[in-house]
Amino acid sequence: MELGSIGLAHYLTLSAILFTIGVFGIFLNRKNVIIILMSVEMMLLAVNINLVAFSVYLNDLVGQIFTMFILTVAAAEAAIGLAILVVYFRNRGTIAVEDINMMKG
Amino acid sequence: MATLPDLAPALPEIFLACASMALLMIGVFRGDGSLRLVSWLTVASFIVTGFLLLQGPEGRAVTFNGLFVADSFGTFAKLLILIASSLAVILSVNYLEKERVARFEYPVLIALATLGMLAMVSANDLISLYVGLELQSLALYVIASFKRDVAKSTEAGLKYFVLGALSSGLLLYGASLVYGFAGTTSFDKLATVLAGAEGAPSVGVVIGMVFVAAGLAFKISAVPFHMWTPDVYEGAPTSVTAFFAVAPKVAAITLFIRVLVGPFGDLAVQWQQVIQFCAAASMIIGALGAIQQKNIKRLMAYSSIGHIGYALVGLSAGSVEGVRGVLIYMAIYLAMNVGVFAIILSMRQSGRAVEEIADLGGLSKTHPMLAFAMAVFMWSLAGVPPAAGFWGKWAVFLPAIQAGLYPLAIVGVIASGISCFYYLRVIKAMYFDDVTEPLDRPTPTAGFVVAGAALFVFPVYIFFLSPITSGAAAAAAALFGAR
Repeated sequence: MELGSIGLAHYLTLSAILFTIGVFGIFLNRKNVIIILMSVEMMLLAVNINLVAFSVYLNDLVGQIFTMFILTVAAAEAAIGLAILVVYFRNRGTIAVEDINMMKG
Repeated sequence: MATLPDLAPALPEIFLACASMALLMIGVFRGDGSLRLVSWLTVASFIVTGFLLLQGPEGRAVTFNGLFVADSFGTFAKLLILIASSLAVILSVNYLEKERVARFEYPVLIALATLGMLAMVSANDLISLYVGLELQSLALYVIASFKRDVAKSTEAGLKYFVLGALSSGLLLYGASLVYGFAGTTSFDKLATVLAGAEGAPSVGVVIGMVFVAAGLAFKISAVPFHMWTPDVYEGAPTSVTAFFAVAPKVAAITLFIRVLVGPFGDLAVQWQQVIQFCAAASMIIGALGAIQQKNIKRLMAYSSIGHIGYALVGLSAGSVEGVRGVLIYMAIYLAMNVGVFAIILSMRQSGRAVEEIADLGGLSKTHPMLAFAMAVFMWSLAGVPPAAGFWGKWAVFLPAIQAGLYPLAIVGVIASGISCFYYLRVIKAMYFDDVTEPLDRPTPTAGFVVAGAALFVFPVYIFFLSPITSGAAAAAAALFGAR
């Protein structure tokens, strides 16, 4: 690898940073559930970057096939998440994270 | 030219997939009021699936280019899952009608979730693991919020969704690291690669394995990934909680075992410590968390966390006997939980569902048989001999002691002692407290299930001891033999 060119390590670092931001987005965010959904998507996309980078590095197609499956399932997951969010909003009239507190203990 | 893969090993799953789509069509065309028909057809298709499972090929069969494996380990787990799902559907029908959420999608979603569980138990590749797990999870998110007009149910669905999605993310990140550092996603190839590695295993693979284990620990609600369990159990409709408490737990823990023992079997030194910590923490949190609970569904949530801890004790031994113990434990856990939830589902005061422990007050005077059955389940959950729960604990603790895990066994016994307190509190409410308002008469279906489960837990289990033990032993041996 020439000095200054983009290699596997760069991709892995990028994906690790994105994944960490996604995880922290879920735990630290106190405002809106939509942001949690975005964080989940970001985690999954970080994984996809990882898989595609490894796939190219290993010269093996399996990683890219895995990515296709993740993209498909992520779409279904987002649809279900938004559907649940809509019924929740109808009942409570809010989607602020702080208000999701009917059950505790 | 591509040839058709061998479909025979996957025949039960293929049948269930076709059946659930057909059930969906029947429901759509018959419209509202088809819950009963679709439910019974769902149960019938579970029975046919179980029959196909027993007719399946002998020994270990791998198909779909190594993505799918059928072996006796999977068959044992799948039979438990099918039994749990069938009973959940049977118990749900009356509940859903009384709660005015009698929609035919419910049994169809349970069928799809069950299909996902069967697929994940048979996974032989990280890709099929993920797809099976998600098929199960997506169906479960929806049925958790099935009472869509009730705030608690939708909140339970939302919490389950967010934490479930997080756990899938962790699992996938781990899977990507394992793929990158080991160069394959197939369990068989992973086992060969990791066994052939000289010296210490690559750090990337170990980190990946820990992430995968964390993702799966979420699904079995092992501490420290348990925080969703009490809220989801309390908020979800009771019939859904009854389903959550059994079938997905059995599926996830068998998948957990398959992943750790199969591809990561040679990293046992690394994962055993993690599993021991999870087991000890789950037993303690399960015992302490339940003490202050007033809601019986929350109590059962903490109880299930504790029971997963006991099951993990068997796994952390890392031996054939340990895995056998986990399978026996899950079979007994299934019977106890189905029985308890059949009783919780029949807790109604003048038609209104109640779920406080105090509502069971004086049950021994109004419904002596129901109270007696509940007492049997509570003794069994607490692990008091001669009930089945004791033999389950015996089956997981013995291998742990043989493996020299004395601290873990001691923690288990202490946690077991603490948990007696809250199980006995339920018995105290039923036998010594006054009747506040008598419960309604349980439906005949619930009565049959309660009676059957109670008889199984106390005297009948003794007679099934040897077939269950030998089945579990064959299943565990198949898993270890494949390595």
